[in-house]
Amino acid sequence: MSHDNSSPSFFQHHFHDVEQQYETSKFGMWAFILTEVLTFAGLFVAYIVYRSWYPDMFVGVHKLLDVNKGLLNTVVLITSSLTMALAIWAIQKNLKKLSIFMLTATFVFALAFLGVKYQEYHHKYEVGQLPGKYYSYMGPEVVEVIKDQEKIDYYTSSNNVYFDAETNRLYKTMNNPHIFFSIYFVMTGLHGLHVAIGMGLIAWLIYSTARGNIHQKYYTPMEMIGIFWHLVDLIWIYLFPLFYLIG
Amino acid sequence: MIENEKQNYLTHPKGIMSWLLTLDHKRIGLMYLVSGILFFFMGGLLALGMRLELAAPGNDFISNEQYNNIYTLHGAIMIFLFIIPAIPGALGNILLPLMVGAKDVAFPRLNLASFYIYSFGALFALYTIINGGVDTGWTFYTPYSTQSSSNVVPMTLGIFIIGFSSILTGLNFIATVHKMRIPGLTWYKLPLFVWALYGTSLVQITATPVLAITMVLLMLERFLGIGIFDPALGGDPVLYQHFFWFYSHPAVYIMILPAFGIISEIIPVHSRKKIWGYKFIAYSTLSIAFIGFLVWGHHMFTSGQSVFSQIVFSFITYFVGIPTGVKIFSWILTMYKGQVSFTPPMIYALSFLFLFTIGGLTGIFLGAVALDIHLHDTYFVVAHFHYVMQGGTIVAFLGGLHHWWPKSFGTMYNQTIANICAFGVFLGFNGTFFPQFLLGLRGMPRRYATYSDQFVELHSYSTFWSGILGFSIFFAIVNLFWSFVKKNKVDPGSNPWGGMSLEWTHTSSPPHPHNFETDPVFEHGPYDYDKVIVEKTYKK
Repeated sequence: MSHDNSSPSFFQHHFHDVEQQYETSKFGMWAFILTEVLTFAGLFVAYIVYRSWYPDMFVGVHKLLDVNKGLLNTVVLITSSLTMALAIWAIQKNLKKLSIFMLTATFVFALAFLGVKYQEYHHKYEVGQLPGKYYSYMGPEVVEVIKDQEKIDYYTSSNNVYFDAETNRLYKTMNNPHIFFSIYFVMTGLHGLHVAIGMGLIAWLIYSTARGNIHQKYYTPMEMIGIFWHLVDLIWIYLFPLFYLIG
Repeated sequence: MIENEKQNYLTHPKGIMSWLLTLDHKRIGLMYLVSGILFFFMGGLLALGMRLELAAPGNDFISNEQYNNIYTLHGAIMIFLFIIPAIPGALGNILLPLMVGAKDVAFPRLNLASFYIYSFGALFALYTIINGGVDTGWTFYTPYSTQSSSNVVPMTLGIFIIGFSSILTGLNFIATVHKMRIPGLTWYKLPLFVWALYGTSLVQITATPVLAITMVLLMLERFLGIGIFDPALGGDPVLYQHFFWFYSHPAVYIMILPAFGIISEIIPVHSRKKIWGYKFIAYSTLSIAFIGFLVWGHHMFTSGQSVFSQIVFSFITYFVGIPTGVKIFSWILTMYKGQVSFTPPMIYALSFLFLFTIGGLTGIFLGAVALDIHLHDTYFVVAHFHYVMQGGTIVAFLGGLHHWWPKSFGTMYNQTIANICAFGVFLGFNGTFFPQFLLGLRGMPRRYATYSDQFVELHSYSTFWSGILGFSIFFAIVNLFWSFVKKNKVDPGSNPWGGMSLEWTHTSSPPHPHNFETDPVFEHGPYDYDKVIVEKTYKK
């Protein structure tokens, strides 16, 4: 067991060389990503099952979600993926300060995402659009709006959403709207948890990079957390259309 | 050699902290082994409690409610705390890096973390036991599990946590097999135990996340009433069964694949013959892992599936029999014209062949829709999965322990006692579970604390032999650990069975803390008995 004194500090001695260590970390990370995909896959199956059971209800209830906030969050999260990738590019080019700046930007975007999410959750809590037995929302207080002289739309001030006449009729006869919110809260909640964990990891990355533990020759943790962050982003890219843009 | 004797992983470094914070895969394996065996004994005592109650009809010792708790805990402990973690966690951890010539697994810290996550999850299971148990059966079927007032949440939380340990171990093993092999040790030169662990790990990382999310949904259902599994709120309790079995059927292969790997090692070594059909065995492992994901519906033939899905699931289930049969025939052909020696590991391996074949074939019976509708939830099912889980996995586990004991711990047990216990396990097992096939065929339902008089004879017979089985397993394990107390050390360079894989030819017994004193060089395949002569050496 030759302990080579010249080997770099980040090298772990059960590996043969630095390259093997890097390759192994990367392989392990992709295997972990697979487990993440399968975790969410279970929930996507639940979504598919209940959407096929209650197609009209899903279409009707999804209008209670605020598309603008969802879109804003999508933009925020995609931008954060860009800044994450730029942070890795910067450290590869040995631009330490730029890398830290980009990581901080990623952190701020993540925080913004959770902030918007909090607003959405808070509003749903206020009006009782909650999962399962806690659901108490009895439909919007609608105001009829006449457009183009004939077509009647319904407008709800509490929700800032327009309904067309048919949707309003659907809404009144909808069954089990709480199931939609059960799935919505579980899926976006688990995703939000991942965002929060990602923020913790990014904070650690900022600290380690500033301390000089992560540098041009050794940026494996940043790359791995980057992969994780892109996964979090990718899951949201599926969640957004499946909840906000159906029907 | 003298310096080598001083430096082995069991004695170096010293101190309790060097164990609690160890990153050495062999020490972590030993810790898994000890905790696994403790849970095995706990689950075993619960089983004997059930058999005692069933020795005669009526509620002789325990009430129906207590019986519900006991069978639930027996199943949950045996599956989630012993069988699933124990073989990969104990034997896999100790042997995998040695077999691929690595100094450790790919991620040693993650490995230690897995052990602590497992222990943390086990605490919830222990809390469940102390706090009055759980009565839903180990499958936690909704809607009962969302209504039962017993400790469903602590137990499912424990299983959820242990699931993470399982995922992390699987991930670690996969990375180790892919990236940590020494030069020259190509995929087809790997010992088949490594292939088996690889297949197991693949199933662990792909199936366990689905169990985790199912347990989360079950807990949310109880805490928040989210209604996904609750028909009163528009949900579907059968969806729970789909989720549960999507994990738990592949989990059956998490339990049996390592056992296949152990048998693939024991049989060629103790027959001193090249394994027959290496590639067939290796690929059958992967195909079992794959097909295992497509057959979960055969657990739900009576849950209101469409006839079409019943037929499809039944049809795919039959395919599992093909790779399994390939393995059984390959093992038998390996022994053909070999120098078979009836050592304790080999007796366990031969028992395995006999018992697992019965277990596997009765699985095909149950995979047939028409028969299953008759046999569903009867003792026939109980007998079937015990033939697979105990007659297969646990017998192979005991065989593996006896096979690698001198290698892993540098001490040799009393082989005569080990042989007697191995026979005791074989006879006791058949005596206990064969009558249960007959009980099931005659309509005895599972999960009942009592029964009508017509079943007395077979039940009391089963109970009698379960005592023999319990004693045999207990003394087999005591006999192993007794070798520590007696300090019956083997020579560090010894190779008592004449094994050819790296752990036998290139490491001392017990191994050096860094596994190999010099970087191992690959010289011959693990089963090249036709090319190289390896001496059996024991206490020179």
